This record gives sequence, C-alpha cells and structure tokens, in this order.
Amino acid sequence: MLVFIIRRLLQSALVVAVMSVLVFVGIYLIGDPLAILASPEASEIDREEIARALGLDRPLWEQYMTFIGSAFVGEFGKSFVFGQPAMGLILERMPATLELAITATLMAFFIGVPLGVYAGLRHESAGAQAIMAGSILGFSLPNFWVGLMLIMIFAVQLGWMPASGRGPTTEVFGLQLSIFSAKGWHHILLPAITLALSKCALIIRLARATAREVMLMDYVKFARAKGLSERRVIGVHILKNIMVPVATVTGLELGALIAFAVITETIFSWPGMGKLLIDSITQLDRPVIVAYLIVVVFMLVAINLVVDILYSVLDPRVRLGGAQ
Amino acid sequence: MSQTGTTQTAAPAAAAVSETPLLRIWREFAESKLALFGLGLFIVSLLAALLAPWIVPQNPYDLATLDIMDSRMPPGSLSGDNMVFLLGSDGQGRDMLSAMLYGLRISLFVGVVAVGLALAIGAVAGIAAAYIGGRTDTVIMRIVDIQLSFPAILVALILLAVLGNGVDKVIIALVTVQWAYFARTARGAALVERNKEYVEAARCLGLKRPRILLRHLLPNCMPSLIVIGTVDIARSITLEATLSFLGLGVPVTEPSLGMLIANGFDYLLSGVYWISMFPGIALTIVIVAINLVGDRLRDVLNPRLKR
Amino acid sequence: MTTAPSVPTLRVENLQTHFPTRDGIIRAVDGVSFEVNAGEILGLVGESGSGKSITGFSILGLLDPPGHVAGGSVLFKGEDIVAAAPQRLRQLRGARIAMIFQDPMMTLNPVLRVDTQMIEAVRAHNKVSESAARDRAIETLRAVGIAAPEERLKSYPHQFSGGMRQRVAIAIALLNKPDLIIADEPTTALDVTIQGQILYEMRKLCRETGTALIWITHDLSVVAGLADRVMVMYAGRIVETGSVAEVLEQPRHPYTIGLIGSVPGGTARGHKLFQIPGMAPPPLNLPPGCRFKNRCGFADAACDTMPEMAELSPAHWARCHHPRPAQLAANLAEGGVA
Repeated sequence: MLVFIIRRLLQSALVVAVMSVLVFVGIYLIGDPLAILASPEASEIDREEIARALGLDRPLWEQYMTFIGSAFVGEFGKSFVFGQPAMGLILERMPATLELAITATLMAFFIGVPLGVYAGLRHESAGAQAIMAGSILGFSLPNFWVGLMLIMIFAVQLGWMPASGRGPTTEVFGLQLSIFSAKGWHHILLPAITLALSKCALIIRLARATAREVMLMDYVKFARAKGLSERRVIGVHILKNIMVPVATVTGLELGALIAFAVITETIFSWPGMGKLLIDSITQLDRPVIVAYLIVVVFMLVAINLVVDILYSVLDPRVRLGGAQ
Repeated sequence: MSQTGTTQTAAPAAAAVSETPLLRIWREFAESKLALFGLGLFIVSLLAALLAPWIVPQNPYDLATLDIMDSRMPPGSLSGDNMVFLLGSDGQGRDMLSAMLYGLRISLFVGVVAVGLALAIGAVAGIAAAYIGGRTDTVIMRIVDIQLSFPAILVALILLAVLGNGVDKVIIALVTVQWAYFARTARGAALVERNKEYVEAARCLGLKRPRILLRHLLPNCMPSLIVIGTVDIARSITLEATLSFLGLGVPVTEPSLGMLIANGFDYLLSGVYWISMFPGIALTIVIVAINLVGDRLRDVLNPRLKR
Repeated sequence: MTTAPSVPTLRVENLQTHFPTRDGIIRAVDGVSFEVNAGEILGLVGESGSGKSITGFSILGLLDPPGHVAGGSVLFKGEDIVAAAPQRLRQLRGARIAMIFQDPMMTLNPVLRVDTQMIEAVRAHNKVSESAARDRAIETLRAVGIAAPEERLKSYPHQFSGGMRQRVAIAIALLNKPDLIIADEPTTALDVTIQGQILYEMRKLCRETGTALIWITHDLSVVAGLADRVMVMYAGRIVETGSVAEVLEQPRHPYTIGLIGSVPGGTARGHKLFQIPGMAPPPLNLPPGCRFKNRCGFADAACDTMPEMAELSPAHWARCHHPRPAQLAANLAEGGVA
C-alpha cells in the first residue's frame, strides 16, 4: 500500500514537471502581456521598465529556470494584474471552487444513483423509460445554457434566487464556506445544479447499466435462494456491486467538474479560481494561468490517488500494488 | 438456461441469412422509434443548416439590411420594413431565426469537420500503435493517456488562448482534445482484429503493411469508431458552443449558436429572454437528435450487447 | 420405496414453465410430474436445454423474467408453493428448501465477506444474535470439511479455490437444516477428485439428516454413484424414470439408451463411443408427437402422436411407443440405436 502510494506520487511528480514545461512554453506564446499591461501612450523606456520589473526581458529558458527555482519554494511569481503572488490568488479562491464542485458531485451522486438503480431494476417500467429520456436530455443540454435559463427563470422571472455571487460565508475549520447558512445555499443552489446536471445524467446511465448487469448475476439469484428479503438483496448484494464502478467514476469526474466550474463560475460570477482563470486569460496574466494549471494538475493527481484507494476498499478483489 | 438463449436466436437468424450487414443494421436501428425520431430531427436540422441562405427571411451578415431601431424586438413583432421577427431580434436588430440558421451551419460544420479529422488521425494512430506494437505503441498510448487524463475543456481553453479566435482554430483545438478517444478505441478494436485469421492470411499473401492496415484492419475497426464518432459530434458542438460562449471560439463575425447565446446573456437580466433562449433550444435539439442516433447505433453495432 | 411417508417432501404435478419471446413461447418445462421423499436422492438427468435446470428454478420461484410457471403445481409437504404469496416463498427459500448453483465462482457475492453472506442467511430465518449465527456458520463450515472455519469466515470469496467456494455454498445451503436441497450441477465446474469428495459428503449428510436431495446433472456417472432414483428429461419432458439400478442397467427409452452409450466407461473396453445422431429440436419449433423421433432409429408413424408415460416394470416408467425390451437394452447401448 505504502509502496503503491509512493510510486504514484513519483509518477505524479513527473507529470507535473512535464506539464509545467508545456504550460510555460505554451503560455509564453500567448500574445505580449506588455501590450495589455502598459498603457498605449507609455514610452519605449516605460515599457522596458515594466518588462524588467516582470522579468519579461530575459530569454525563455532563463525565465523558465527562474520560474522552476521559485516554484520549488512555492513561489509562482506575481500576478501581472493584481501584483500579488499568483499562487496565493489561486489558493484564496480554491475553497469556493471546491465547495461548488463537491456540492455538485454529491448532488449528482445522491440523485443519480437511486434513479439509475431504479431504472436498471425495473427497466421496462414507464418510470424507467422516463428516467432514461430525462438522462438523454440531461447530458445533451449545453451546460452553460442551462445556467442562463436557470438565472432567467429563478432569478429574473421568479426572483427566488440570486443571479450571481457567493453571498455570505461561514468560517468552518478556517475555510470560508457557503453551505452552512440558508443564505449561502440560496447562492450555491443554481450553480451547483447547473454543474451537477450532466454528471447526474452520466451517473444515472452508468448505475442503470451496472444494475442490469449485476441483477442477472448468479450471486443475486443465490441471495434470493437464501430467502433474503428483497430489501437486503437490492440494498446490500446489488447496491454494493453497483457502487464499485459508480463511486469510482463519480470520483474521477470530480476532476472534470473542477475544470468545468470555469464556465459555471463565469456565468454565476462565482468567485472561484475558474472565474479567475478566464479573467487571467483575457488579460494574459501568465503567472496566474500557470499557477492555476499547476494547482489543477495537483488536484487531478490527488483525486486519482484517492479514487484508486477507494476502489480497492470497495472491491476486495483489487489489492493495491499488484501483489496479492 | 443458456441453451434456450442460444437456440432461440437460431430461427430468426436463419431467416435473415440473405440480408446484407448494412440492411441488418438499418432494420435493427429502425426498431427504435426514438432513434428514428432522432435521425429525422438530425436530417431536418442538417437540411435547415444547408439550405439556410435560401430559406432565411434575412441575411444576418449583411449589415446593410440591419436597422438598429429593430433591436431586441420580442418574438412575433414587425420590423421597420414589415418583416416578421418570428423569434424576435437581437441586440443589433438582426432576425433571430436567420441568425440561428446561420449559426447552426457553423456549429454543425465545426462539429462534423472536427470529428472527421479527429477520427482520421485517431484511427491511423490507434491502428498503427496496435499493428506495429513495441515502442511505437508505448509512445502513442502514453501521449493518449496523458491527454485523456486532462479535462478536454481546459486543454481547449488554453490552446485557444494561445491560438486566438477563428473557426479553423476552434477546429484545431477540438481535434487536439478528441483524437485520443479515437486512437484508444481504434487500438482496442485493432488489437482484437490483428490476431484474427484474415489478417494472418493477408500477411501470408505478402500484402504490404499499409494495405493490410487500410483495407483489412480499418473496416473492422469502423463500427466502434462510428459509434464514438456520432456521439462525439454532439460533444464537439457543445464544446465549440461553450468555448464561443466564453469568447474563445469562433469570431464575432461568424456567430455560431454558442456565440448567439453569449450575446443574449447581456440582455438576460433585463428580461430579454429570446436572444439566449431560442439558440439554446436549437442547440439542444441538435444534440439530443445526435445522441439518440448515437445511443441506438451503440446498441446495434456493439456485439458485446447482443443477446 | 415402501417406507415412503404418506406426504412426500416434494410433489411436482404437470409443471409447465414458459418463456415468452418475440418469436413465440418457449415451453422449457412441459408437463413434468415427480415426487421426492425425505432422505431420498433423486438424480435429474438431461442434456443442456432439456429443461432440467429450469425445473429446479421453477420449484423455488427463481426464474429470470419473462420466464414463469404457466401451469401445474409444486407441493412442498402438501403446500402449493406456486400459488403461495411471495412472502411465504421467501420464508421457505434457504430455510426449508435450499439450492446449490452450478458455478461456485459466481454464486458468492464478490464484495461481501463469507461471514456476512452466511450470517445473513441464518438471520433471515431465525431470530438469533449475530454471535449465535456466527457459531452456526462455523459449525456448518466444519461439517462440509473446511479447516479453520473461524479464520476462513473473515475471507472474501476470491480468496478461496473453486472447490472451497462450492463447499461454502453447500454450507450456506445446509445452514438452516432444510428438508429439501436442489443442487444444479454443483460439481460440473470442479475437478474430478474434489467432485468425488463432495458427492460422498452430500450423500452422507442427506442420509444423516433425512434431507431430500434433487441432483440436477448431465453426467450419468454422477447419478450412478449418488442417487436412489433417476429421472431423464428430454426437450422439456420426462422420458424415463425409475430406480438408478433399473434405469442405468436396463434402460427402455431409446434416448436413455443413447445417453448411456455415449458415456465413456459405460461401454465395454475397445468399443466405439456412441453418439446420438442429430440435434435436439429447436425449443420454439417442437415437432408434434414424440420429441425424440427425428433422432430415433425406431420411430414410425405411431410416433407422430405424443406417447404417454407407461409403467413397464414396477416403478420403472418410460414415454415411448416402442420401448426396447429390457434384456436387449444393455446390448443396444453398445451397438448403437440407428
């Protein structure tokens, strides 16, 4: 187990290193930040001044080495726009994004699994057909458009929910979170639903397909032959087997949700790191973009690791590290 | 139990012996009313997009015909020169229906071309990886793995931030994030096919490698690639719309459906709903149609699901 | 059979099990009747598709939909369980009637520990504490020959070998000391030495506890060593039944004769193994009359009507218009039917 985790961490470090080069070179190619940062009237000398202050006058490889050197001590440069450490800016906004993504994942999971299992077990019933039709719609609806329509209906027409922002937060374990107050829920509900919708549809389909497969297994028939109640057959024997792929996929999709939060945050002006990324891209704020990508890569790696461990907990046949 | 299962299929199979594979696929496909509905919807959308220049009431790109006085008219109102805005007009006084049909053209074009290219590149890479094996295989599949472990939306976003706006650039971004799916699928299918007798036979006949790849392996990998490709057109269209919505996709001069939705966002809070709503509905209809077709194709073409 | 009690443990009458399909109804079991008494072992023999396994699942009400019992009755100690409420059937399953499945690799739930799977089976039918249920599980595992049962209980199924898993499945079947066990080819997937051990132990357990046992198999040699009576099924119907000694040594139905002739070791050394010509009729398209007639060397016009079961000698029945003479049958098995 320990060996497995260490090996995974080493692999991840390699991925992060490769990514940092790609990202750095890639971002270097994006326009000239000076064109945006310096006012059009600025003289050539002023421009050089700014370039020197930001380290933009040195060659690419030198900039990269400086970047790597400072990255190792947790320093990712200062935002061109805010003049603050880029990593600090990202980390400051990370709780908001994580809160949104995790809330959406949990919503998708707890709504998707029961519906999917029902649709699988009673796959010929009218209810199951309706659920499946709904799920096709669910993953066909363009995510950002759903957000707009929710704003239009619940914020503009009905006035039930706020259209944007995060609202008041409560401090829990040093983190500012919305979900511990009614007002906070008011703000997080629409963006979370928007983000959860397509994942919910995915989970429904996966849970249904797995349920249909599992319910035909001999061990389910054997459980019935033992005279177990239908509740125990479904609730333990079938559900525990469905959980193996469903929980794994849900966990892996959390990474995709964090990435997709970029759009939801933009629509709902949710003050997370995704919105910061879009703002930084339009303003060519290179250090912030790089810091964002590094953070996301780290998160993806961490999620993968946790999901692998979770998988081995759910399925006893899987033992980490390969050796039995 | 299993015996009753296998013998019961024997009778209808015998009756269908004269059927060509394509006909069989069509017959099974047509058994689902929902899939036929989806196909019909898709064909209608396709025709509407293709014939847009001839059926729209107004050329949305011709700035001369636009009148700023007509801007943000609700659905059903009359324009200054007595044209009916069936679905309302946008911020520049453009007829929404016309703008949507032209937008649909761009969305479909981007989706189909991007998937076509991604499929071609992915199929070649995947089949080559499977057939050549060894280091080629390792290198290609490692790239695919890394690519797939990173959320597509982020890769496309960063890429477009580097490349800038433009239909061609969106297509490049979409191909970059999608080819890996096809590569992995093609490799999987080709690995299964590679060990079958007909490939062995082709090799014994002394056929050249590219010929074996193209004439023998590719056709047998096609069913799985087509299934993924169909669903991927929907994915591409959504992705393009999303990128355009964020202002990182198609240019303002060639607004796709996603761009139209984004344009309406500014007016949404003041109750002008139609500029965002109708293009979104059109987008949803097209994507639902493609997904319905793709879903059914998966059932029909996937031998694993055959009962 | 003279010692049989007045009410048999299980009495099946004219059982009909149907599987509706798009192309018509499959009559997987078509008018099967038989009895099993306490302590008796009945071998149910047939090739795959003959309906023997479906018969077993029909008794317990465990058919996969759309399969269902379309007619007839299943009387367990006089109580009709086809008509019984699902709740009543659940009470009987695992408690009074237990089942053992064919593939030990598939019968145990892979994500649950063995103790969970055994304790739940005890507690589904008895109001006992978890530790009492655990004690019962340990005791039963020991009875089926599993060493160190306390520790093995904490394992997951994949940590057992195939033979061990089948022993666990048998132990689960025995947990509540049932009156009837239906075993669906439980040794087919195991190798021969383990098969021998399990057969021996099952026979012993039934004799000791008075449990009735229906052993479903395609393997006549298993039946020969295990069962008291044998019943041969073909295309959903019983074609011959009687004591093991009578049916195996003096078979009367041409199908049984062919079946015996095709068993390795059943014929004298040096003789060619016999193979029944042709194939079983498609279940959707059963011929009228005798279902074996297209493969039978003795078939004539009479066989176009369905023969009835007839008692050819005491307690030995066959469904054939032209039963072979008892003394000839053993020779025919060598020479072939056609």
